[in-house]
Parts: sequence; structure tokens; C-alpha cells
Amino acid sequence: MPRAKVQRKSTSIDMTAMCDVSFLLLTFFILTATARQPDPLDVIIPSSTYKLKVPDLDMGILSIGKGKVFYEIVGKDIKMSTLDKMGEKYSIKFTPEERERFGVIGAFGVPVQSLKQFIMMSSDERTKSKMDTGIPADSTNNQLAEWILQSRTAVAELHSTSMRVSIKGDGQEEYPTVKKIVDILQKQKINKFSLITSAEGDAK
Amino acid sequence: MAELDTSGGGKKGKKVRSKKANTKVDLTAMVDLAFLLITFFMLTTSLSKPIAMDIAKPDKDDKSQEKNELRASETMTILLGKNNKVAWYMGEAGKSTPNVEGFSDIRKSILDNKKKVSETTGGRQIIMVIKPTSGATYKNFVDIMDELAITKITTAPAIDDENITDAEKDFMKGAGIL
Repeated sequence: MPRAKVQRKSTSIDMTAMCDVSFLLLTFFILTATARQPDPLDVIIPSSTYKLKVPDLDMGILSIGKGKVFYEIVGKDIKMSTLDKMGEKYSIKFTPEERERFGVIGAFGVPVQSLKQFIMMSSDERTKSKMDTGIPADSTNNQLAEWILQSRTAVAELHSTSMRVSIKGDGQEEYPTVKKIVDILQKQKINKFSLITSAEGDAK
Repeated sequence: MAELDTSGGGKKGKKVRSKKANTKVDLTAMVDLAFLLITFFMLTTSLSKPIAMDIAKPDKDDKSQEKNELRASETMTILLGKNNKVAWYMGEAGKSTPNVEGFSDIRKSILDNKKKVSETTGGRQIIMVIKPTSGATYKNFVDIMDELAITKITTAPAIDDENITDAEKDFMKGAGIL
């Protein structure tokens, strides 16, 4: 008696279509991912169970850590406009090239007097130069308040909304340092602001 | 393909077939890699968005006379001290001794007090006053705001870092957390 033949089917599938789709998606995600500017100030943000996402438009982010304050303005047009206003205020003339370079800068923490020099450096030089002393925020030389005020004006003029102020503080930073910054904000009648935290698992 | 037959005749009558190389490549590994990268990029783009906690502080220049009196019996004050310790008391300062606790126990205390206030006043919400002192770190402040969110305190907490009374300071010094 002849044995019943079991037909063997090939198990290999044509992967071409799948490969096409996956690379299409991959390209999409790579292109939409925004290149993150390296943070000059190393902050470890505390975690919380809040779920509210930060909008990424019309925002100013204050990084607080090691007693220093850095400021980041979101949006190229806002940055350039803020720089113009700051230049006027402190009578520093910024060239179009410097404006353009400032437009793509991330967080910065230099006094406005050495900003010109800071802008023209490459990012490697910036980290090496040790110019990142933080933005002066004393009562006699309150450049931070000026930056915030000018960027708020810029947002109001260009996008006709109000700017959100977010604080990104280091977990181990002492409260008085944070309070000093919050007081500066409150002087400008910003009584509502966001604290940036990282996600934490749901509390039991 | 284009090859010269150099075999010199060979068997006659049989067609000389050019060998066809198999053009199929195994794409499995490539697909694997692509999906791995897709997953990575998907997760990093959506997860890297920071999360914000909205804080509202009382207006300093508010000169209006419309201020609501708080009932002392419904108020819980939490003082943030150093070494990740907090001190809390119900009611007015100086009248009740504050309890010193760590951050792991404060949630239970908040829930207890919330329940007590709700029971004694017939469903009224507890009022929280948060007083961060100079010894507290930024993390402590975020943590306590987070605890309030977890315990579902819906009334806006009063964040008061200006008016820390002497009685409170003395107590905190006594407990070694200022």
C-alpha cells in the first residue's frame, strides 16, 4: 500500500511588501522626530503622576540647577524677535547671521554681554568655554526678568497668545532658589506656571 | 546569462540552459531590524514629551477685599522641612502640635484628615496649605503637590512660602527639620 503523501508547503513568505511598509514607517518616524538640542545644564527632574503633556509651542522653559538658571525659548521666530528686543534694551547690535544662529540655539545661560561671543561658537566650544554661568537674576542686574518679559512680548506680538512659562528644576535644588525664580515670575504677574516632571507609574 | 558555451559540443540534442540564479533574498532579518527601529522611534517621539504640573500661586498684588475666611478646623497645613521630612497640623498654628512624618506616611495622613473633615462638617472639602521652608528641596515640593493629586484634593491648595510663623519655625527647629 502506498503511503499517503503529505504535501510539504514552503514556510517562507514573501517579505518584500512588509519590508517596504516598515521602511516607509521608519522613514516617517525618523523625519518627524525632532533632533533634541543637548541640555547644557544637567537637571534630574522629579517624577510625578500627572498626565498633562506640555504643549510645545509658545513656551519658555527655565532650567534651574546648581543655583544657576538657564532659559530656553521655544520657536525660532520667537527667539529671533526676543533677541532683537534684548539687543535694543542692552544696546547690543546683533547681525543677521547672529540672529539666525540664535534662532536654532537651545537653552542658554550666559549674561547678555557675552551672548554675542557665545552665539558664534560651535556647540563643542560652548561646552568647553565654561561660559555657562547662568543668566544673572539678582535684583541689581535682573537679566532673567528681562528675557522673560521680552519673550512674552514677542509671543504676544507674533502669535497673539500668552506664553506659558515652565520650570524644569533639579530635584535636589533647594527651595529658596526656586522661590527666587518664582518671585521674579510673580513680579510680572505670572501666577500660573507649569512644573515639568517625568512620568511615574500609577500610585497604588 | 551571457556566457560562452565552452564545453565543446558535449551531448547533442540537449539544450544548453543558462543557469538562473535565485534572486530571492531573505528579508526576515531586514524586516526585524526595521520594526525594531520603528518601535524605538515611535516610543521616543511620544514618550519624550515632558509632563507638566500646573501650579497657581496667589497673586501678590491682589488688593481686593474679597477674601474668604478659611475655617481653621478644616485647614490642614503641611510644612516642608529638610531631610525629606514634613510637619503637618490641623487648625491654627501653635494650638495643636504638628506631627513630623516622612513622605511615605503623609498620604495616609492626608486621607485620614480629608475623611475626618468631610464627616464632621457634612461633606465639606478639606483645605490644604502648603508651606515650603528654606530647608526643603524642589523635589519635596513636587512630591507634595503630587500627593495632593493622588489623594484627589480638588480644592486648590494654597502655596504659601512667605508667611511662615515663628511658632512654626520654632517647632520645626525643635524637631530638627529646619
